[in-house]
Amino acid sequence: MKAVVTVIGKDMVGILAKVADQCSKTNVNIIEVTQSVLQDLFAMIMLVDISGMNCPFTQLADQMAYIGKEMGLQIHVMHEDIFNSMHRI
Amino acid sequence: MINSRDILETITMIQDENLDIRTITMGISLLDCADSDLTRSCQKVYDKIGRCAKDLVKTGEEIEKQYGIPIINKRISVTPIAMLAGASGGDPVAYARTLDKISKEVGVNFIGGYSALVHKGFSAGDEALIRSIPQALCETDQVCSSVNIGTTKAGINMDAVRMMGKVIKQCAELTADRQCIGAAKLVVFCNAPEDNPFMAGAFHGPGEPDCVINVGVSGPGVVRAAVAKHPDVPLNEVADIIKKTAFKITRMGQLVGSEASRRLGVPFGIVDLSLAPTPAIGDSVAHILEEMGLESCGGPGTTAALALLNDAVKKGGVMASSTVGGLSGAFIPVSEDAGMIDAARCGSLSLEKLEAMTAVCSVGLDMIMIPGDTTPETISGIIADEAAIGMVNYKTTAVRLIPAIGKTVGEDLNFGGLLGYGPVMKVSTFSPAKFIARGGHIPAPLQSLKN
Repeated sequence: MKAVVTVIGKDMVGILAKVADQCSKTNVNIIEVTQSVLQDLFAMIMLVDISGMNCPFTQLADQMAYIGKEMGLQIHVMHEDIFNSMHRI
Repeated sequence: MINSRDILETITMIQDENLDIRTITMGISLLDCADSDLTRSCQKVYDKIGRCAKDLVKTGEEIEKQYGIPIINKRISVTPIAMLAGASGGDPVAYARTLDKISKEVGVNFIGGYSALVHKGFSAGDEALIRSIPQALCETDQVCSSVNIGTTKAGINMDAVRMMGKVIKQCAELTADRQCIGAAKLVVFCNAPEDNPFMAGAFHGPGEPDCVINVGVSGPGVVRAAVAKHPDVPLNEVADIIKKTAFKITRMGQLVGSEASRRLGVPFGIVDLSLAPTPAIGDSVAHILEEMGLESCGGPGTTAALALLNDAVKKGGVMASSTVGGLSGAFIPVSEDAGMIDAARCGSLSLEKLEAMTAVCSVGLDMIMIPGDTTPETISGIIADEAAIGMVNYKTTAVRLIPAIGKTVGEDLNFGGLLGYGPVMKVSTFSPAKFIARGGHIPAPLQSLKN
């Protein structure tokens, strides 16, 4: 099972570290990261493996959203199925 | 890996273009709750709904989190209560109170099925239920009511049409102190679908399984944004763009529906691939039509643009889902659509134009405020016209009019929330009283004889 973490907002020090730290705490394995900084806008898409996750999905989503709120960013965690079903036949 | 452009597209649709699942509606059959004793019957209804729907809201919220897609409403539809009222006798309002109570306890925001199917005539319980609708909708907050007065196969029951004119007026009068909200919870149908997840017309048809999950998607904002990216292409290409967008929206509905069905252990019914607007900015069906090139919704070209939209939504959606049902098409409610509200205000949209639009959209005259002094016969006349369009064209049509008691053309009603707000629209004052008073039955048209 995989999920997609997206982070969008103003660039600052430690975004990747905080998100990665949360992943490690919940035993979520990071598979791939793409990030870009356009002027000041930071956009990161992270594919993670949640098969070994040690908490319910909703808790992970809530914690990431909380980190986002603290740093003034938008962080979403979404199950990969939504992208697969929307964009693949 | 999933293409990052696709990921960002999905997130933009949800964040900026108001893409959401409009409703997960659990259909529950109450046929096994029928009892000759009214109190016992109500108790069985209360128990069964409580048992079937206890996890509905919680499951909806979990799915919302898992996929990051808002699910705006969790609702319940039940077997038309007239069938239970026919078995138990007594005052049907007792059922309405039961439905209201249990729907609040399980946490859903509407429960539909205070309904009667009388397209060919009245059976036991039907007349009593119809007469009780104003009282039921006045006393309850979440109960929605619908009456099917015609079908292509059976024709139009004009006695029922006559009754419904009065019932709609009474609903508004009894709730005049609450923006006439009673009438906003009542729909009169021709060719009512049995698996419609959208309120106020949802009920669980007698041909449906015991318990089922139906999903209604939304997304006018997404379609508008997609059309806006191609301002100068010919209309066949516009249709293609809408088809592709509708496909994506419906796939999401299919995913959420099947996941809800799996988690709740209830069979998955249908995806209703309707474009359901809300009064929020950027969530309007009228704005899609305007994006196609109309100055204002309701002007010349509107019916053609709507026909294109309605058809393209179906073509895109139908491949995306294993079972499509309900109303499936473009809704054109007035008070629930920012673009329609503006069009009604500026005078480009009239009741007559809306009637023409209903011949090519998915439902009918929806959420239209009419002057408070409109007579019951005139309301019945409007219902009959709308039912005739549905009957002849083999499609669902519906009427949800709200007589604004004490108000006249240009003044506003405001229901708040998804039901929205809007101006009172002008209604023709030429009387159909004699025609309506005749009663009887309009025979089924020739196209009903398909066997």
